[in-house]
Amino acid sequence: MSSALDTLLPLLIVCSSLVPGAAIFLVREDSHLLRTSLNMAGALTKLALVGVMIWGVYHEHDYESRISLAPGLDLVFAADALSVLFVTLSSVLWLVTTIYAIGYLERTPNRSRFFGFFSLCVSATVGIALAGNLLTFVICYEILTLATYPLVAHRGTPEATRGARIYLYYTVGGGALLLLGAVWLQTLAGPLDFVQGGILGDLPATLHGQFQVIFVLLLAGLGVKAALVPLHGWLPQSMVAPAPVSALLHAVAVVKAGAFGIVRVVYDVYGVGLADALGLLALLGALASVTILYGSLRALVQDGLKSRLAYSTVSQVSYIALGTSIFGPIATVGGLVHLVHQGIMKITLFFCAGNYAETLGIHRVSQMDGVGRRMPWTTLAFSAGALGMIGIPPLAGFVSKWYLGLGAIDGGADWVLAVLAASGLLNAAYFLPILYRAWFRPPPEHWPEERIARRRLETRAALLWPPLITATLCLLAGLFAAAPFSPLEWAELIARREYDR
Amino acid sequence: MNASLPLAVCLPLLGALATTLAPARARALGLIAALASSGVVLWLVVGVWEQGPLRASLGGWSAPLGIALAADGAVAALLAMTAMVALAISIHAGGYFRDPERLRQFWPLWLLLWAALNALFLAADLFNIYVGLELLGLSGAALAALGGGRAALTASLRYLLVGLLGSMTYLLGVALIYAAHGQLDLALLGTRLGPGLVDATALALLSLGLALKAALFPLHFWLPPTHANAPAPVSAALSALVGKVAAWLLLMLWLGPFAAVTQPAAATLLGLLGACGVIWGSWRALRAERLKLLAAHSTVAQIGYLFLFVPLIQGLDPGPERTALLGALLLMALTHGFAKAAFFLAAGQVQQLAGHDRIDALGGTAQRLPATTFTLGLAGVALIGLPPSGSFIGKWLLLEAAIDQGQWWWILPVLAGTLLAAAYVFRVLARAFNQEPTPLHFVTQVRAELPGLVLALLAVAGLGLAAGGLWGLLEPVEIDR
Repeated sequence: MSSALDTLLPLLIVCSSLVPGAAIFLVREDSHLLRTSLNMAGALTKLALVGVMIWGVYHEHDYESRISLAPGLDLVFAADALSVLFVTLSSVLWLVTTIYAIGYLERTPNRSRFFGFFSLCVSATVGIALAGNLLTFVICYEILTLATYPLVAHRGTPEATRGARIYLYYTVGGGALLLLGAVWLQTLAGPLDFVQGGILGDLPATLHGQFQVIFVLLLAGLGVKAALVPLHGWLPQSMVAPAPVSALLHAVAVVKAGAFGIVRVVYDVYGVGLADALGLLALLGALASVTILYGSLRALVQDGLKSRLAYSTVSQVSYIALGTSIFGPIATVGGLVHLVHQGIMKITLFFCAGNYAETLGIHRVSQMDGVGRRMPWTTLAFSAGALGMIGIPPLAGFVSKWYLGLGAIDGGADWVLAVLAASGLLNAAYFLPILYRAWFRPPPEHWPEERIARRRLETRAALLWPPLITATLCLLAGLFAAAPFSPLEWAELIARREYDR
Repeated sequence: MNASLPLAVCLPLLGALATTLAPARARALGLIAALASSGVVLWLVVGVWEQGPLRASLGGWSAPLGIALAADGAVAALLAMTAMVALAISIHAGGYFRDPERLRQFWPLWLLLWAALNALFLAADLFNIYVGLELLGLSGAALAALGGGRAALTASLRYLLVGLLGSMTYLLGVALIYAAHGQLDLALLGTRLGPGLVDATALALLSLGLALKAALFPLHFWLPPTHANAPAPVSAALSALVGKVAAWLLLMLWLGPFAAVTQPAAATLLGLLGACGVIWGSWRALRAERLKLLAAHSTVAQIGYLFLFVPLIQGLDPGPERTALLGALLLMALTHGFAKAAFFLAAGQVQQLAGHDRIDALGGTAQRLPATTFTLGLAGVALIGLPPSGSFIGKWLLLEAAIDQGQWWWILPVLAGTLLAAAYVFRVLARAFNQEPTPLHFVTQVRAELPGLVLALLAVAGLGLAAGGLWGLLEPVEIDR
């Protein structure tokens, strides 16, 4: 492999959605074909490039693109095992979500604007995944805020504007704290390149007090996007966004960016050993546990389908933080693999919620009686996602919870088991009633608003295939968890590289 | 001697003359002059890039007697920014002024203003600066009056008087320096000035005059009405360039030749005024009801940021740290120049289509002009200081220096200003999402919308990601006139 490719590949992966995204803004509103081609070309190119990168990183190849922004400030895109995990997740789910969005937004206004920002949003997410230092991470993290704001506000209704405004309050405020923390840390430790095992461990112990304060600042900034309680308030509000956006926000882009940032800061900036010694892991673990339980409790009482899913996200994303907060390789594996598993499960659920709303006008759980007969495939996909979330084997969610539980025992944090058990029960309590209604209750005479008539398929093909694909992925990720290049295998690779330095 | 220095002043001046003499062809002649002036600036930048700082003595007379012009890396960058912004304004103005009479009045004044800007950036002695300031004030006030209407006339008259007061105060300072040292050349003064009462008084007078022109808090009172009531291309020039040049001169006097005169306490005072400007300007921008007024108040805030650098740079000896901060200061100034010009051009576009610029009632218009709204958004990103804009890097380095030097209290205005800016920018952008119909095309009027969009892109992507070259310009020699 040539060295030019090594220095260009990460940048190319970012640009493969950025360039089509910029071009899409200029596309005439009615050139549906051109826009779709640009979208798909970008998504497929990215996927191919990511494939090359997976192969290279597995064989310990170094990829790094570096641009100097100012003295001491470099924009670095690099690839390690952790970034590849997130990049692959984003690229695969972006492709699926793009197909879904094309079907979902058919004949609605402002599609060029939507897909332009949609591509920017994915570019920023991929940038976050590939960020090689904290500066680059912060830059992409803020661009993500900017790119998602127009998506949340897209519909232009007063509720959309309000949801977008609340989203902005939280994220910009968090961004300011993150910036402050990052700058402060840089004055103490120099350029903050992400290094496996962390970079702060070698610095004098007199700085530890400051490190603790900085961690709180960083956590506050990252916790907003990761929807840690009490910083989660924006997430249910941003449910007003179109379904593909919710899917992307909840599964891939925004909440994951926050969770991924927490993983990065703990493992590759502080180092898990130092973070443990400073008591920061305990803080993170406590916050994550509270969030898991609080999110599940709130999800129980939501009648709106999307808001129930939203609170479920609040809860489920914190499994990643929880896995990170337990010192030990097994829990790390559990947290990291959940990064992927939560993504594919939650995106399936949101696709299905979008299908119900778009096809039959169903927005509430109480309207879902018998929907399994009208839309069996969608409901099947929904069931796979929901059962996975509860943690039923052999679905993906089971693998995450299994490793989190094992890791908790291994790391001596037995109380985590109680959190996991309680949350599992709560998950069942808010998902199973939905499944019961959908499959076993008789359907009503009329659906709230039937917009797409039943022909050969229960809804448009572009809406149906994406959830089926991601639901299959949920199943495969669980069934073939031990196969090479499965998310679990890859998470184990990361944990090995982190702990056996 | 490099001919590009005098030409950078003379060409716009010649253009002004030509457009006055042949008003019927003002537009063609004006555009030619604008292109030629930009070309000369490009030549100058290449010269500085290759040879380091340039100096030209007019008529062959050297420093104490003749008139000298000088350009270092920072000046070259500022001149380049001025040229690009001015070119964009020139192109935009051709479409903006519907009334041919107004356009005929616009061109000579506008080129005169450009000549004054270049002369000020290139000036190598205190008296040249005075001449430039007078020219700038007169042409600026006349341009601001082009909007017609009572409010514009009142505002521009006030602007004229304030400008005259500023230059008079400045001239007093010059007289003091001349009496004490018999010398006005900045490079030579640098070695002679010292911590004495006369020099300190002179600096205070010079600073007062320049601060008045730069609209440094609390001397900013005249700026919002003037900038808000002028025609949009003029507001763009006034906000992006005119205030900037005065602020830059003030900063360079403090950090360059007068460094020996300044005390840390005085530098802190200047920083404090900057901080007040940041907070007050941002707050007023948030409360503003009209788009152009919002932009004008935001200028007060953005000028304030530049002065936060003074207490941080003042204590540093020449070296990489100082160069890094000077670069950050320069980057903030350049980014604001591009962004604010883009913002005003876009605001003007919105105002023309809607017939007003009340923020509360902008919704439909914003939706009907995607490219213009996008320009407002991009420029807004740069004004807030979000990445990837140049001001983000500037703020990062500013915060880093503040923490590093233990002057952590400067963090407060920076963060508060950033959050307030986010609030006022998104207050506008939030209106752009509604259910009005949108046109098929992204760009609806090429000549009117594209210049602003290009400027905004430069502020966000250009200066953000390619700013590294800026330090290359600064690197060879420390800014020191």
